Amino acid sequence: MSLIEYLARNRAEFLTLTFEHLILVGISTGIAILIGVPLGILLTRRPRISPPVLGLANIFQTIPSLALFGLLIPMPFIGGIGARTAIVALVLYALLPIIRNTYAGIQGVDPAVREAGRGMGMTDRQLLFMVEMPLSFGVILAGIRVAAVIGVGVATIAAAIGAGGLGVFIFRGVAMVDNTLILAGALPAALIALAADFALGRLERRFAPPTARLAEVRAL
Amino acid sequence: MSQNQPAVVEFQNVSLRLSDEHPIVANLTLEVHDSEILVLLGRSGSGKTTTLKLINRLLVPSDGRVMVQGRSTLEWDATALRRRIGYVIQEVGLFPHFTVAKNIGLVPTLEGWAEERKHERACELLELVGLEPRLFENRFPSELSGGQRQRVGVARALAADPPLLLLDEPFGALDPLTRLELQRELKQLQERLSKTMVFVTHDVREGLLLASRIALFQEGALAFLGTPNEFLHTDHPEARAFVAGLEEAGETP
Repeated sequence: MSLIEYLARNRAEFLTLTFEHLILVGISTGIAILIGVPLGILLTRRPRISPPVLGLANIFQTIPSLALFGLLIPMPFIGGIGARTAIVALVLYALLPIIRNTYAGIQGVDPAVREAGRGMGMTDRQLLFMVEMPLSFGVILAGIRVAAVIGVGVATIAAAIGAGGLGVFIFRGVAMVDNTLILAGALPAALIALAADFALGRLERRFAPPTARLAEVRAL
Repeated sequence: MSQNQPAVVEFQNVSLRLSDEHPIVANLTLEVHDSEILVLLGRSGSGKTTTLKLINRLLVPSDGRVMVQGRSTLEWDATALRRRIGYVIQEVGLFPHFTVAKNIGLVPTLEGWAEERKHERACELLELVGLEPRLFENRFPSELSGGQRQRVGVARALAADPPLLLLDEPFGALDPLTRLELQRELKQLQERLSKTMVFVTHDVREGLLLASRIALFQEGALAFLGTPNEFLHTDHPEARAFVAGLEEAGETP
């Protein structure tokens, strides 16, 4: 049975799983942004705590995903079987690129710009929102893009703890030694990752410094 | 300089040390008079930039007091103080994502001016620093030459009409011709607007051209203070060293 045929025949399940997959990645990336961006900003204000925080986020990233899902199951409140546990794990994976890029993006703002701003009487908050955030937005978006792409891949494993998503097809295919079934999960997941990468990449370019944009216009 | 002119800035026995080691600025007592250009001259690391940053409270003294308009910088609200002091640095530090007009309007924006008034002010200042407003107001800093950027930097510092301007080697990164041009224009600008300026440089030529008075720094201490003419004729060894450098370059001041 061909892949197309299989997907057509199981269209309802395919759409449900794809939807579940998108929800898992969307929610976890969203939460990771809400935690990671403020945390990254905090690190630029308190550079001394940046090595332990980035180190911890790094450690989460190195835990094999299947193991992390497994380890979370017995945890009170956040654990158990299902989507909630999967989202917690996905958030932990997404945090590192977002924190790191927020931190690096803001640190990368020209010190002369910061000094001029401070010297002219900008408060720290004004400097952050009027200068540092706009200038590092592209770098932060790049971190979000990496987090989302990783999330799409890791979310396939979430099926192992009953969180649904396209991984259901993959695990079923592995159990039945059915390559068509494996591809029915893997291929759409790969396409979602590519689409996310493409869309966020476009967004990133839109928020590149206006100067670069102008230069492009001039070149036309 | 007459004695009854009020000091705009007054250093009272100011020292700054970051650790226990040698202080960056030691026992500095110095007055900046109204409407003068006081040039802080010295080698790299002599404490002149540090002295400048003590005025707008980017640094605070370890000992002594820095008085601005009769109040210690510590009594001032730091942001309020800085908005009343123009600040120009060598790297200019224009905001790359702001147009020229928006850059100039920064302090007015922080102070909540109306759009119309900000725009008018930006155009007025662009003209003042010799840039055609129509051509330049909507450009981004990356579309300016080094000299133009520094002109915008000066315009930005003047935006809220501060009585005092701090300039930290503003022309240091420019080519010699542009540099000379901007030095002359700054001098004329100062004569027209009669702003008080504190100007940091290590270039003795620049110092002599601009200064009402020269304050020579050596290893964190004030080594000499006087008019350019007095500077040329003093016996102080560090001043002699600077003047000798001039003569070696074949210049007759």
